[in-house]
Amino acid sequence: MKSIKNLGLCLTSAAALGMAASAASAAEFDGTITLGAAVSLTGKYSTNGGHTKNGYDLAVERVNSMGGVEVGDKTYRIEVKYYDDESTPARGAQLAERLIKQDGVKYVLGPYSSGMTKAMAPVTEKYEVPMVEANGASRSLFTQGYEYLFAVLSTSEQYLASAVDLRAELAEKEGEKPSDMTVGGAFENDPFSQDIRAGVLADAEGYGMEMVIDDKLPPEINDMSSTLIKAKAKNPDLFVVSGHSKGAALAIRQMADMQVNVPMLAMTHCDAAQIIQKFGSDAEYTLCASQWAPSLSYSDDYLGKASEFAADFEAEYDYAPPYQAAESAAAVLVYVDAFERAGSLEPKAVRDALAETDLMTFYGPVRFDETGKNVAKPMVLYQVQDGEYVVVAPTKWAAADVRYPIPPWSERK
Amino acid sequence: MENLLLIFEAPALGVQLVVEGILLGAIFALAAYGMALVWGVMNIINIVQGEWVILGGFVALGVSQAGAPELLGIPAAAVVLFAIGWLCYRLVIFRIVDRDLFTSILATFGLSILLQQLMNELFGSDVRTLDPGLGTWFMMGGMVSISQVKVLGFVLAGVIAVALTLFMRNSRMGQAIRATAQDARAARILGIDTDRVYAFTYGLNAAICGAAGALVVMAFTIHPYQGLIYTVRSFTIVVVAGLGNLPGVIASAFGLGVAEQFAGFTLGAEYQNAFVFLLLVAILISRNMLLQRQRKYLK
Amino acid sequence: MSEATQTTGAAVKTRKSMGYLAILIVSVIAPLLFPAYQTQMAFLWIMVVLALTWDILGGQMGYNSFGNILFFGVGMYVTAVLQVGLFTDVTAYNAAKGGEVLDPTLGEYLLGLGVGLGIAAIAATACAAVFGFGMLGLRGHYFAIGTLGLGIAAGEIAAGWDYIGAGSGMVPPRFPGETGAREEFFYYLSFALAIVTFFALKRIYAGRFGLAINAIRDDEDKAEAMGIHTTRYKAVGWCIAAFFLGIAGGIVGNIVGFIAPRDVAFAGVTYGVWMVLMAILGGKGTLWGPVIGAAVFHITQELFWTYLLGWQRVALGLLIVVIVVFFPQGILGFLREKFPERFGYKVQPKEAGGSADPAEGGAR
Repeated sequence: MKSIKNLGLCLTSAAALGMAASAASAAEFDGTITLGAAVSLTGKYSTNGGHTKNGYDLAVERVNSMGGVEVGDKTYRIEVKYYDDESTPARGAQLAERLIKQDGVKYVLGPYSSGMTKAMAPVTEKYEVPMVEANGASRSLFTQGYEYLFAVLSTSEQYLASAVDLRAELAEKEGEKPSDMTVGGAFENDPFSQDIRAGVLADAEGYGMEMVIDDKLPPEINDMSSTLIKAKAKNPDLFVVSGHSKGAALAIRQMADMQVNVPMLAMTHCDAAQIIQKFGSDAEYTLCASQWAPSLSYSDDYLGKASEFAADFEAEYDYAPPYQAAESAAAVLVYVDAFERAGSLEPKAVRDALAETDLMTFYGPVRFDETGKNVAKPMVLYQVQDGEYVVVAPTKWAAADVRYPIPPWSERK
Repeated sequence: MENLLLIFEAPALGVQLVVEGILLGAIFALAAYGMALVWGVMNIINIVQGEWVILGGFVALGVSQAGAPELLGIPAAAVVLFAIGWLCYRLVIFRIVDRDLFTSILATFGLSILLQQLMNELFGSDVRTLDPGLGTWFMMGGMVSISQVKVLGFVLAGVIAVALTLFMRNSRMGQAIRATAQDARAARILGIDTDRVYAFTYGLNAAICGAAGALVVMAFTIHPYQGLIYTVRSFTIVVVAGLGNLPGVIASAFGLGVAEQFAGFTLGAEYQNAFVFLLLVAILISRNMLLQRQRKYLK
Repeated sequence: MSEATQTTGAAVKTRKSMGYLAILIVSVIAPLLFPAYQTQMAFLWIMVVLALTWDILGGQMGYNSFGNILFFGVGMYVTAVLQVGLFTDVTAYNAAKGGEVLDPTLGEYLLGLGVGLGIAAIAATACAAVFGFGMLGLRGHYFAIGTLGLGIAAGEIAAGWDYIGAGSGMVPPRFPGETGAREEFFYYLSFALAIVTFFALKRIYAGRFGLAINAIRDDEDKAEAMGIHTTRYKAVGWCIAAFFLGIAGGIVGNIVGFIAPRDVAFAGVTYGVWMVLMAILGGKGTLWGPVIGAAVFHITQELFWTYLLGWQRVALGLLIVVIVVFFPQGILGFLREKFPERFGYKVQPKEAGGSADPAEGGAR
């Protein structure tokens, strides 16, 4: 019954939307700006590829319904031309080329994951087509001198840096030396997570912490018990996991099953994997690195406050937006801003406008340094507390104190 | 190296690795039974095996979402997958039964990529899991933990092994399957409807995989594109065990599970798969050399 | 041989060379007419090479290998490592946190690529020789399974090896020429490779070697009994395949621009399976079969990717099933059965079906 009602709702809203769109395009818009995107709709990254696409779509729809983009004295609607890169870089590079050469796309939105971005960036660079990407965080993207690559997100090494800092801070509070702390890590064997690893390694070394576990998880992982047994054996003071959605879900599942006790657990992709919804109390105490949180006080004209974006997104797609969706939506806003400031649709002019971006969005401030990465926005660290993501670091945004240490499983309900 | 020493210093870890390996092996064994069966009876290498496992997981998820108790998902997945397997035989598989192995590999590979994307479209691309509400047992002062779901998988693997053996030995259908496996043409002459036998065999395979998939979604996680792991593992197990050798399948499944755990522990998780496949190649080559030596003796 | 057949033979010959000329002209001009499609066309030639080289063992010799992707990946990594290693430190270049930038001049780039491809071919051939010794003793499907394991293991090892970037992958140096020159350059390079591979194989199949490997396919034990050193022939056949695959890998690494160990280099579930499918689709055991198969497969696949977004793999899967189930002898085999005269078989009115010989009849 419910599904029938839903269907009806869908149909009417689709019809309304269709009418609105056709009316609008006839009356208001002078043309269309096509953004090209190759995202992972299938394959091992399809979970987050979906989040990325939903983020783009929501922002595009909102911008169009609010009158489109004003460039000079004309208004344009935006649309996105999608291809599916199937989570393989072999496809990504070809699709970038296809978007540019065959479809005549002049502006590219990024794919999901650092590996895919790494494959596409040389192509967009060669053709001098700007790419604003929201899901390629590996620092190796920003050492190549790319001039047309802009990333709205903070780079990998910042993801878990605050977790390591927190670990050191708590050690000092307890009267121990940070250098006595040990760190264990399991990182997926892909460009993103390996750069996370490089970051954690450097941070741990900075404090003189010892890295007692350092495993590379295969991307098609189905079981990480051998790594978790190591965690049992070596009792690291901080255990970090980075493996996209699959790694996060598997780690929580198996740590609860095998009752692996660590005083502090930090990971990436908690919200993309929806660990609270899936694991309930098993997910408690987990620290999650995030580019964004709905509780932050950022806002903009298109998508409103961070919390409003979260509500709108959930109404549209039936799940709470992970930060991957938020940063993707922000990438669209960055383009809109650049088009309007450039006052022209010439790729070079848009590129220059992008380079001078200084924009506040619901997702946070965006300002690019000369390598193209966003240096204005800090990462946040959530902790799962009583079934909610609560920001615990950095101090400026913290809504609560970190709960530490994680009690052993035998004492948890 | 350092990790290897650790096992000797704390034997409980070794025990834990063995336990995890055997429990993991039990799930692989379930997927491998069906592969051995289909390979032996129908001469088909079934690459779509892993997709049946994942599909079983999705069925179990559906059952629990409908409000039924989670554990009911295991038999439900088996029943649904039996039907799907039967249907799949009627649509495609029956055309490749008499062909060479190679044809079956490619055709089922085609089915496998088809199903992957179909599942991605139908069930979404999310990483899914299901909490059966079972707990964990502890031994050796909490150093060794045994998840009850995995034990359930282990028990199920045992039960299905015994049931399969009895079924093959005593039931009408089982005897027909064995006769067909030995000589399909002779079986046909003797009045056995081999087509039905094949359909049943394939359905049975899918059903066992489905049950395994329900366990996978409860003990680990599933994703539409994760099937290949189970295909490749069950394939390795069957090759090592040889055809028509159920105890061999069980032994090599446990062996593989344990070997994987130890390789992951001592070499690091990144070499876990490499180790398994090199082991496979080594076993094949060494067995071949052994055979050659025997052939020379015969000459 | 009667005079009549000789003249038809000559006619066939001129028709054939006209055909070659036409293909040559189209291939040279096409990228200039449709510059937007250069990379897709370059991949077409790469696919031709993949299918042709797979067919040496799979079609002509009856050894179905699922592990030829090994040589492809080895070639890809060797080329990239040399392209970088000639000028800078490879480990530093591949650092996960972002290594140094290499901006070669055109001369340096060509030197690196040339040396890289050369060594890649040699390295891949050496690999085939070493592994061939162990693997080619396996028969039937055990060979297929063993090679499959080898291919997967190679990808896993590459993914664990930090020197070549491990799981972070490796980016070959940027092409220094102007915009668009890269695609054109690699198009003609792939085209040249495909042509060389084709004629090399044509020549090889026409000689003693071709007869010997066909004999192995038809009955290995008898061939051995006839005094053919089967193991040697098998290993040499694999080495030839590896030689061309190594170069193809090196080129693809540069076309794609990013080498990921499992998804690009040792991509067993894509290129590894496709090469088999293409050969079967066109007709295995023939010279032209893999070429036709590669063309049809590649074009179909590109169309699926463009027009069936989200369902492209469902369509591809269906296509594979249909090919394998209904056309196991491939396009060429199917045509040969329908029109045997076109392939130079003389059909006696009474006993039709001169297709007993599965090798390419007319071309000899």
